[in-house]
Formats: sequence, structure tokens, C-alpha cells
Amino acid sequence: MGDPMRIRATENGGVTEVKILMKHDMESGQRKDATGKVIPAWHINTVVAKVKDKEVFAAQFGPAVSKDPFLNFKFKGAAKGDKLSVTWVDNRADTRTDEVAIA
Amino acid sequence: MNPKRREALRLMAVIGLMASTGLISQAQAAEWNKAAFDGKNLDDVLKAMGGSSAEKSGDVSLNAPDIAENGAVVPVGVTTTLKATEIAIVVEKNPNALAAHFSLPAGAEPFVTTRVKMGQTSNVLALVKADGKWFVASKEVKVTLGGCGG
Repeated sequence: MGDPMRIRATENGGVTEVKILMKHDMESGQRKDATGKVIPAWHINTVVAKVKDKEVFAAQFGPAVSKDPFLNFKFKGAAKGDKLSVTWVDNRADTRTDEVAIA
Repeated sequence: MNPKRREALRLMAVIGLMASTGLISQAQAAEWNKAAFDGKNLDDVLKAMGGSSAEKSGDVSLNAPDIAENGAVVPVGVTTTLKATEIAIVVEKNPNALAAHFSLPAGAEPFVTTRVKMGQTSNVLALVKADGKWFVASKEVKVTLGGCGG
């Protein structure tokens, strides 16, 4: 279970804009530690955003996405007050879901 | 110590590791496209995403800085006027070219911004799938400090 995400979702003229800041090291698998051993890759694989159990946006991340990933997207069809839930899963099967009301 | 036995043990360890990692990736996110993220260049990535070539298009716009002072955090945005169903961000000279892939269900606007790491100065490509075809726009981003070394 990772640390909580920061999510902001605002509806304006039928379009909801979402900004998410996930807390994850996103280790690339390219770096080496002080003894020269490769630090294994550890990164978020998938991110799914849902409103009322309907998928509104989905992302797949490789190790090249920056540490503490930021994601900004827009979708139509939600109203103020609807709950937006965001779930990520990393390559060690760790997962985190956070929910926010659309403002 | 018998060297053959050592060898056999090592092989078993490797096979075991492969099986366990295989199992892990099945249990979690079945949709994570491993082949695409393993791709070393644009052709590999396109193939793994079910395309063969990408057509240059002025309808795809890629928002990235000319110079990135810190390769570990390069903001990249993609928008398009096409009816996009998928968007992908590719950094040509990274060890694995594909950085991120986005699926846009009905209702999602063709707009996404995220931040990626870049090992060195490279072309950044925005791929957009619309009507079953891939379209591409590219831009060179100069990196003064790499994000994948250390």
C-alpha cells in the first residue's frame, strides 16, 4: 500500500479536468547502487480512473515516467459531486486507490 | 565442487525467477503491454501496439520544452484534433523507448500531460491512434542533465 495520491478534479462546461500526483519512486532499473549492483526496476504499471464504475481514462507507465508521477487529463460526462476513483498497480503488485468528489 | 552441478543450480534459479515474474505479471494488471515497454525503438513499440507505421500529422501537437535542464523531470503534453482512442509517448534514445501509453474510452478528451525521464538529448514522439491508424508528431528535447544514470 503506497502513500496517498493527491487528486484534483474540476468540472467546467461538461468537461472534467483531472490532475493527479502519485507518490512512487518509479525506480528505472537502470541505476546502480554504491556497490555497483543494479537497483531493480520498481514502477507503476497501470493507472485507471473511474466514475460510477465506468472507466474514464487509463494509463500504462514504463519505468521512464518520472518519480512521483503527474498525470493530467480531461473527460466528458461527469457532474459536480460525482466520485472519481483512481487506482494504480505497480510491478510488485502493490496497489493504491484514492477517491475524490468532482468539484 | 562439481562445476556441472553449479551450472544446473544456476539454471534452475533462473528458470524459477522467470516463472515467478511471469506469474506476478499475470496476476496483476493483465493489460500492461510488456512487449511494447520492452521495445528498443519506435518500430518495436508500434508493432507491439498493433500498428506497423505511423504517419506524420500536423493534427497531433506535442508540448515539450526545447531544453530540459533536468532529464529526470521533463513535462510532456499531447493533444490532437483527431478522434484519438490511444495516445503514447516515446523517447527515442531511452533504453526502452516507450514511456507511457494512454487509453481513451468514449468521453475522454484527446488531451494528456505527464512527466517523463530522459537519459540524453533525444527526439520525443507523440503517437496518436485514430480510426485504427497511428499518427505521430515529434520534437527534439535537449537534455543538459540525464535522468537515467547515476
